[in-house]
Amino acid sequence: MGRTLFDKVWESHVVRREAGRPDLLWIDLHLVHEVTSPQAFEGLRLAGRAVRRPDLTLATMDHNVPTGDDTPIDPLSERQLEALRRNCAEFGVPVHATGSGREGIVHVIGPELGLTQPGLTVVCGDSHTSTHGAFGALAIGIGTSEVEHVLATQTLPQRKPRSLRIRFEGDLAPGVTAKDMVLAAIGGIGVDGGVGHVIEYAGPAIEALSMESRMTICNMSIEAGARAGMIAPDETTFAYLEGRPGAPAAGVEWERALDRWRALPTDQDAVFDREVEIDVSAIRPQVTWGTNPGMVVGIDGEVPDPAELDDPDERAAAERALAYMALEPGTPMRAIAVDRVFIGSCTNSRIEDLRAAAAVVRGRRVHPSVRAMVVPGSATVKRAAEAEGLDRVFVEAGFEWRRAGCSMCLGMNPDVLAAGERCASTSNRNFEGRQGAGGRTHLVSPAVAAATAITGRIADVGDLLEAVPA
Amino acid sequence: MKAFRSVTSHAAVLDRPDVDTDQIVPKQFLKRIERTGFGEFLFFDWRKDPAFELNRPEAEGARILLAGRNFGCGSSREHAAWALQDWGFETVVAPSFGDIFRQNSLKIGLLPVQLATAQVKELMDRARAGEELTVDLEARTAGGYPFELDDFSRECLLGGLDEIALTLRHEDALAAYEAAHSAPISTL
Repeated sequence: MGRTLFDKVWESHVVRREAGRPDLLWIDLHLVHEVTSPQAFEGLRLAGRAVRRPDLTLATMDHNVPTGDDTPIDPLSERQLEALRRNCAEFGVPVHATGSGREGIVHVIGPELGLTQPGLTVVCGDSHTSTHGAFGALAIGIGTSEVEHVLATQTLPQRKPRSLRIRFEGDLAPGVTAKDMVLAAIGGIGVDGGVGHVIEYAGPAIEALSMESRMTICNMSIEAGARAGMIAPDETTFAYLEGRPGAPAAGVEWERALDRWRALPTDQDAVFDREVEIDVSAIRPQVTWGTNPGMVVGIDGEVPDPAELDDPDERAAAERALAYMALEPGTPMRAIAVDRVFIGSCTNSRIEDLRAAAAVVRGRRVHPSVRAMVVPGSATVKRAAEAEGLDRVFVEAGFEWRRAGCSMCLGMNPDVLAAGERCASTSNRNFEGRQGAGGRTHLVSPAVAAATAITGRIADVGDLLEAVPA
Repeated sequence: MKAFRSVTSHAAVLDRPDVDTDQIVPKQFLKRIERTGFGEFLFFDWRKDPAFELNRPEAEGARILLAGRNFGCGSSREHAAWALQDWGFETVVAPSFGDIFRQNSLKIGLLPVQLATAQVKELMDRARAGEELTVDLEARTAGGYPFELDDFSRECLLGGLDEIALTLRHEDALAAYEAAHSAPISTL
């Protein structure tokens, strides 16, 4: 029987297998950041253990760092960053520290350095590690105890999850993006639809996507509850990787890598535990209305009525979500006014995302009642955007152009919503209080976020074209 | 890791689906570099509501938490499991769990018990009526219902075993893998 991409990566990383026990998997790349690592390093210290493979480990600073040019860091965050500096120095782990010019969101820098490669196993103490699956890697988010385990052993005991293939058929309509595809998929299968599974995204609509867009899709696998998301490597993947500093060197090494990578895609006769098919031609730009990413509708839709839900648990959750979001059933999504717009996060802060947003705002002005910010995913993305003049497009339109970091995706730094503020955000979670206690989040694509910043209400690009310029 | 054998206690009921780890412990408390003391931050925002389930007098001192489906979804923060354990919970019983939360809980000795939805609802009724419940890992039962947990996780929990030490016992296998596979990348 044929094997899936997931099967192939899994099987080639089994260090030890024993009946009744989880497989012991080798980890090729371990990414580390300041928030979920201090207790793991402390555990090593207490047990007198070393980091087994510092050469397969890379740390960055992203969650806590202020993104304003002059914003001071709070003492607790500084203590956490200092702990990472100290731990990396003590254990010999390379670190891309704030201000080094190489820092950025952990899931942005791995790929841009060319370290995230097809067929690798990647872990990080962060649920959005699934992002790296866009390259055909098996990338799993883990907790701090598992971080310690990987630091000490470069392995992780894992039971093999089930497999789920989501095939995206058809062609995307103009103005519809990878973010809309993945939000529609989560809306379809539910926020627990992927629990216990590794998802492979496939089909012509996936093959047509850039690497940046594929990363957006894999990034949000965890929002469907999945262990990981993967996409088969192809020429698009290879073209992205070629010449990056961490990629195999040109010549024999590169050719050998290509041979390995070309053998990875799922075999024709491979069988998945579950299959789902989605027609992308029917997808409209997506906007969340509630407090999890599965509470989502098309932009032409309206806030749903919980009374129409059959399941009492879901009805109660929807009622609670609408109360938190201060929304009435039946309200057209386009009628919802926002106070803030956030373009950034490991979901949508790469150069392609910034280009898409800049194309919408170029020559226009942010609505006077909106505060809008752009936070590039890494120092490298920031430099690339500035080289193209995107920073000027944003600043001239009235956006704040900020330094790299996780920023208002989770609001561990000073970039937070005030209670009651409503935000159109390109991030990945609209949980209660996610962007600040009492803040209200609508998840959208970069294009919709940009259009919303201009009109002050949820809008897509088409709405701007219809509007008469002032 | 804290060993777990059996607990008998009244239970707190949190009958909501998709409770995410951002609610269990909000982000502002993730800046600590210690592993202890997270209990006071458990459900920090929800606890401001006097009617919140864990503020009810009957939830006081409960060591068992009965929860809705997909409990602990979202962020990988192990702080969520630490906070529940530090608060005093020894086990969470739910129809399903977020995968990372479930893993994190197993690693620290907070027992995640998965039962059918109808069984969890029935236990919730019994808990609301004031009945004490027993979750017994040796027998693999919760409130009398049998639950599944793989033998390896059960052994680790019963013995409070250090999983890193278990893995390092297989140094020969680790070394053999390293010798046979040249690393495709280097971060140095």
